[in-house]
Amino acid sequence: MTAKTEPAVAEETPVRGPGALRVYIREYVARLRGGELGSAPAIVGLVVITAFFAIVHQGFLSAYNLEALVIQAAPIIVMAMGLVFVLLLGEIDLSAGTTGGLCSAIMAVLLLRHGQSWWVGVLGGLVAGLVIGFVMGWLRARAGIPSFVITLATFLAFQGLTLILIGGQGSVILPTGSPLISLENSFVPLWLGWTLLGIFVAGYAAIKLIDARGRQQSGLAATPIAVIVAKVIGVALLGSAFTYEMGLNRNLITNAFFSSKAQGEPWAVVLLVLLFVIWHFTLSRTRYGRHVYAVGGNEEAARRAGVVVSRIRISVFVICSGMAAISGVVAASLLQSVQSNAGAGNTLLLAVGAAVIGGTSLFGGRGRMIDAVLGGLVVAVIINGMSDLIQGSNSSGYEWVVTGAVLLLAAGFDAVVRHGRST
Amino acid sequence: MKTLELKDVGKSFGPVVALSGVDFSAEAGDVTALVGDNGAGKSTLVKCIGGIHRVDTGEILVDGTPQQLHEPRDAARLGIEIVHQDLALADNLDVVGNMFLGRERVNRLRTLDENTMEKLAAQTLSSLGVRTVRSVRQRVANLSGGQRQTVAIAKSVLWSSKIVILDEPTAALGVAQTEQVLDLVRRLADRGVAVVLVSHNMNDVMQVADSIAVLFLGRMAAQVRRQDVSQTQVVELITSGRSGALGLPAESRGAAQ
Repeated sequence: MTAKTEPAVAEETPVRGPGALRVYIREYVARLRGGELGSAPAIVGLVVITAFFAIVHQGFLSAYNLEALVIQAAPIIVMAMGLVFVLLLGEIDLSAGTTGGLCSAIMAVLLLRHGQSWWVGVLGGLVAGLVIGFVMGWLRARAGIPSFVITLATFLAFQGLTLILIGGQGSVILPTGSPLISLENSFVPLWLGWTLLGIFVAGYAAIKLIDARGRQQSGLAATPIAVIVAKVIGVALLGSAFTYEMGLNRNLITNAFFSSKAQGEPWAVVLLVLLFVIWHFTLSRTRYGRHVYAVGGNEEAARRAGVVVSRIRISVFVICSGMAAISGVVAASLLQSVQSNAGAGNTLLLAVGAAVIGGTSLFGGRGRMIDAVLGGLVVAVIINGMSDLIQGSNSSGYEWVVTGAVLLLAAGFDAVVRHGRST
Repeated sequence: MKTLELKDVGKSFGPVVALSGVDFSAEAGDVTALVGDNGAGKSTLVKCIGGIHRVDTGEILVDGTPQQLHEPRDAARLGIEIVHQDLALADNLDVVGNMFLGRERVNRLRTLDENTMEKLAAQTLSSLGVRTVRSVRQRVANLSGGQRQTVAIAKSVLWSSKIVILDEPTAALGVAQTEQVLDLVRRLADRGVAVVLVSHNMNDVMQVADSIAVLFLGRMAAQVRRQDVSQTQVVELITSGRSGALGLPAESRGAAQ
């Protein structure tokens, strides 16, 4: 249909070699100036606060503390990943925390009162999460109730259901030695850790190179090879540093009688990477992901383009609640038990805060999966650093105040950036 | 044969008669202006053609064949594209994403074929002589009003629509941008598309239209060739439904009375 249009394209023939690098850098700076900051603020923030805590508190970056930080961050990051989908549509799920709590309670009850094996319990919790998400999404998309109201109602109701399920004893202890507990409390063997890192880095490099070659073959401006190499080396170095430090033995006493070593990264890291890859791929490379962004950006335009908006809307709630269920399981693994107040309190706020700090907009249409990871790490570093820094009876009070301040800062930043762009 | 033809079309909303006995036609290669005062029925007519409203009486013919338009998808299947002022684009997607929205190309692995889409988008824009859109990878939010309108119009070219209806394309634009969009409208028609231009702006209409259809209170006052009328006559038709020998008979003006 546009076959007779060749000559006009010729002038756009992309530059190669060192010139391409200059063009790439110039375009990146232009994007930053235009308000498309991407992950830059979250990375800068993460580096700054990590440096701060590393200076004021000896041992903040020790292997022991790093492990604590990672397993603390895991449930927050998983929940934030699900919330990114809901936030992309400009919706909110206030009940993600208590949904996770309820699902982990269902899992615990299946395990302990009905004697089911661990995977039946996990499956039960996950299915419960998906059903909850579907019902909430249906209420939002078909009945037209604002998501704030729906999820505020379920936030309260699920808290009650968890209380009823767990009962008066206050908590249910998960059976020792269950693979569930291993997720957060046992470690990937060193050889496997390094192998997985190798696979991840190789895969990352392969995708970047295939992308660049495809664009070159299509006659489009490709990412300069120097940039790709720099990115791959960066990922490899960061991954190696992490895997190396996690490979150090963290058990202080090792002798002839007590020889068990605590070394290797927690299994939760593998779960996080897996979930990240799946959802990042979904958002950035599939039609479904493109439609999620379109509905978040301009619902009417998406509808006129033939996107079934209600289906997209229901699906993001299903994804969010499903991820909340996984987050609940991870949290239960961390605590080795399910409390009657599981998922209540600030669980949800930390996850929303993580997504927003990472760069996801509360107004819809803007956000990426990496936001959940970076923001979740920022939140975990703050909580972990503060709890070490401020001891005594007021410590948790300060923790809340600082977390709140950071959330407000991030949301304010989001609003300012958005304001600057919309003119 | 007319690309688009409406015969004796009527549409009522309860007791309110929005359109009555409307005849209208648009030919390939022509810009057909659809003008009329507020409430004359322009939007209703456009929505009937776009399949958003069903007509009560009369028929809609595309390439001489009567067609039933029940929903927007029917219109899209027939190659009818409506370009709305503000509703067409998602700000957070780039130009390519918007032009292919809802019709994304996927490769063998069912993932988005960004390279093919980017190439086709760039080719389409340059084939329309568009020089103002610097990169097809910039977000639509960063485009000016004229550039946005350009992208929305180029989308209809990309999907090789036969009939493109532009709803007030220059309403919010400055002088230079209006000029660019009108240029584009002309080139679109020159490619053999039947362009329907809904507009309030007499200057635009007189500058670019080949044929002018004037709605007056839900009835077609007249559809005339551009060179046969003066601007004054068109304005008279819009405001009173008749001008000299043209227009509605004096005793039966308006359907809504």
